[in-house]
Amino acid sequence: MAIVVTVTSGKGGVGKTTSSAAFAAGLAQAGHKTVVIDFDVGLRNLDLIMGVERRVVFDFVNVIQGEATLHQALIQDKRIENLSILAASQTKDKDALTEEGVETVIQELSEMGFEYIVCDSPAGIERGATMALHFADHAVIVTNPEVSSVRDSDRILGILQSKSKRAKEGGRVSEHLLITRYDPVRVENGEMLSHEDVCDILAVGLIGVIPESKAVLKASNTGVPVILDHESDAGVAYADAVARFLGESRPMKFLTPKKQGLLKRILGGSD
Amino acid sequence: MALFGLFGSKKPSSASAAKERLQILISHERHNRTGPDFLPDLQREILQVVKKYVEISDDQVNIRLDRHGDASVLELNVTLPER
Repeated sequence: MAIVVTVTSGKGGVGKTTSSAAFAAGLAQAGHKTVVIDFDVGLRNLDLIMGVERRVVFDFVNVIQGEATLHQALIQDKRIENLSILAASQTKDKDALTEEGVETVIQELSEMGFEYIVCDSPAGIERGATMALHFADHAVIVTNPEVSSVRDSDRILGILQSKSKRAKEGGRVSEHLLITRYDPVRVENGEMLSHEDVCDILAVGLIGVIPESKAVLKASNTGVPVILDHESDAGVAYADAVARFLGESRPMKFLTPKKQGLLKRILGGSD
Repeated sequence: MALFGLFGSKKPSSASAAKERLQILISHERHNRTGPDFLPDLQREILQVVKKYVEISDDQVNIRLDRHGDASVLELNVTLPER
């Protein structure tokens, strides 16, 4: 059976889709046959972030409703051989996602030999989000070091621990905290929660800290998952996070401000 | 400003305020969601009974369940108005 990894957060705009794209690309690059599914029915965006927006013919809901086969709907990534994308419907209602429908798709993907199914959850705690986390074996909780994001992440953790299939069967979803848009300079100045603060509050193991980075917008502008930008700090941080997910131990990077010359520190200014 | 920053004059940081507020809020919210489902109903009905006899407002009845080892303690707090 394929391993289901749900990328979720509660709050919108914290980097779920960017993280889903990065995780899926990272897992595929590590040699695992991976599919990434957009659960944001009505507001699909994973296709854009993955750069396949012009290749979407059939979507997830078409498959659930029997209007297309999985083979027809899966989009094979052109950069990474092991990677496929299943887009969300742009037109259907989110109630089109049924538990049985989602389960059948996961089952079929497993039979097709996919090892990892990455579910890109929509924001909120409504149907799309609860369906995305229902079948999770692992959950990547994407959190910004900011009060509302941390609170919403805790809410999602509560749902994972009570409403997911694993929880209902007496088990537990493996939770991993991914902190994004981290600014070590502001943390050092006491203007931003540190990664230790967020870990303390949420009590979830940290899988990565992604620094605030210009590379993320650049990646989404061009439709390339940021993890493929090996030159960028965010790309490196995502690669490390995926490696940790796969059991490697790697030190956290980008937790302290870049060294600045004395003159720049005295004159102030930021980059 | 940057020059002063170099010599570390420490003022209370907004990050520590954020942490403190979150810890209080989240512990409260976790408490609510881990409690048995009947607690909100129980609280509402107790409030109705008390209201039959005494004028009190909704926030003057507080009910909580604490677990101590294998025993649970149901604590009911009713603040009665001064006469």
